[in-house]
Amino acid sequence: MREMISMVVVLTVLSAFSGGLLATVRSNTQDRIENQVLKFEKAPAIKAILSDVSNDPLQDRFKLTTDGIENTFFVGKQDGKAASVAFETKGKGFEGAIGLMVGIDLETDTVIGVRVTTHSETPGVGSRAKDDPSFASQFEGQSLENGFSVKSDGGAIDAMSGATITSKGVCLAATKAQELYTKLKPEINNQITNLAN
Amino acid sequence: MAQSIAKEFTKGLWAELPPFRLVLGLCPVLAVTQSVENGIGMGLATTFVLICSNFLVSLLRNIIPAKVRIACYIVIIATFVTIVELLMQAFVYELFLKLGIFIPLIVVNCIVLGRAEAFAGKNAPHMAIADGLGMGIGFTLSLGALGAVRESLGAGTILGTPLFGPDFQPFTFMVQAPGAFVCLGLMLCLMNLIGKK
Repeated sequence: MREMISMVVVLTVLSAFSGGLLATVRSNTQDRIENQVLKFEKAPAIKAILSDVSNDPLQDRFKLTTDGIENTFFVGKQDGKAASVAFETKGKGFEGAIGLMVGIDLETDTVIGVRVTTHSETPGVGSRAKDDPSFASQFEGQSLENGFSVKSDGGAIDAMSGATITSKGVCLAATKAQELYTKLKPEINNQITNLAN
Repeated sequence: MAQSIAKEFTKGLWAELPPFRLVLGLCPVLAVTQSVENGIGMGLATTFVLICSNFLVSLLRNIIPAKVRIACYIVIIATFVTIVELLMQAFVYELFLKLGIFIPLIVVNCIVLGRAEAFAGKNAPHMAIADGLGMGIGFTLSLGALGAVRESLGAGTILGTPLFGPDFQPFTFMVQAPGAFVCLGLMLCLMNLIGKK
């Protein structure tokens, strides 16, 4: 009996201590990790989409929370005035989530460009969504009035041959971006005004 | 006293060199040694975990009940592995991306658990640290050496700088998975030849 108690006590105390230690390390590294993810995973996509801006969109960013999900918005400026916004959404691909960075022109409400950020699609097949610019470029200049879907679903996007599920995943992410943008537009404009001051 | 600490330290460098003498922990040895940088990065991460877990296991060796010792060791090791993972994300994100899944897999690296069970659970803390340091450095050097052979033959570079002229045709077999086995086998063979004398 005594052995039993000591086993339970030792394991419990050890686990609790370990949990506390990890929470401390995590809370101390969280900001740095976020910056690193921005720098290595999102920055290339943002720079590619918001290419002709005069500011650093990575600096001019704000967060909005909807339905419990936090989204970071990156603002691109031209001549000191906010002209475009980029943010990331997720779609379901063949092997898991596909992260899609979507850039939107604030004036015309059209897509400036999209880039896949993170994915675990099959190399050489689904991974073309990220590596082959001709697929992503189809989204450029599209209006945000409707969602996006591949041609076989009645949409305007040509699916990549052999990677229909990946293509649909990207369309789903783009559609989510459209919904999010439409829903949050007043708040996004508010935040941008705050940012300018 | 000082002599025995030195003995525990140096045994990890040659007599019980982990991958080549004990032939333990081969998963990361085979998987991440495409380049010197990856090999040494992985080695250092493992060293940190080894030293910390050895120290804590040794410190608690009289408190941990024998029947749940493996569970306790795993909790301790997993905690330090998670700390390493967080720190790598925060400070060396590029290396973290390259090593990927093999960082969390240090938890099940049999060198770490093996040293906790075979050595740290029975010896004083200062001896356990010497043991962990020796094993860790031995492991790091082994991975670095294997990485150097594979990178120089497979990609014609060392730490990213080209070794041979532009006419060099990389022997890409060496940086692929089968090359890892062949290279490890040849190094084991070499070690045995030297050890025989």
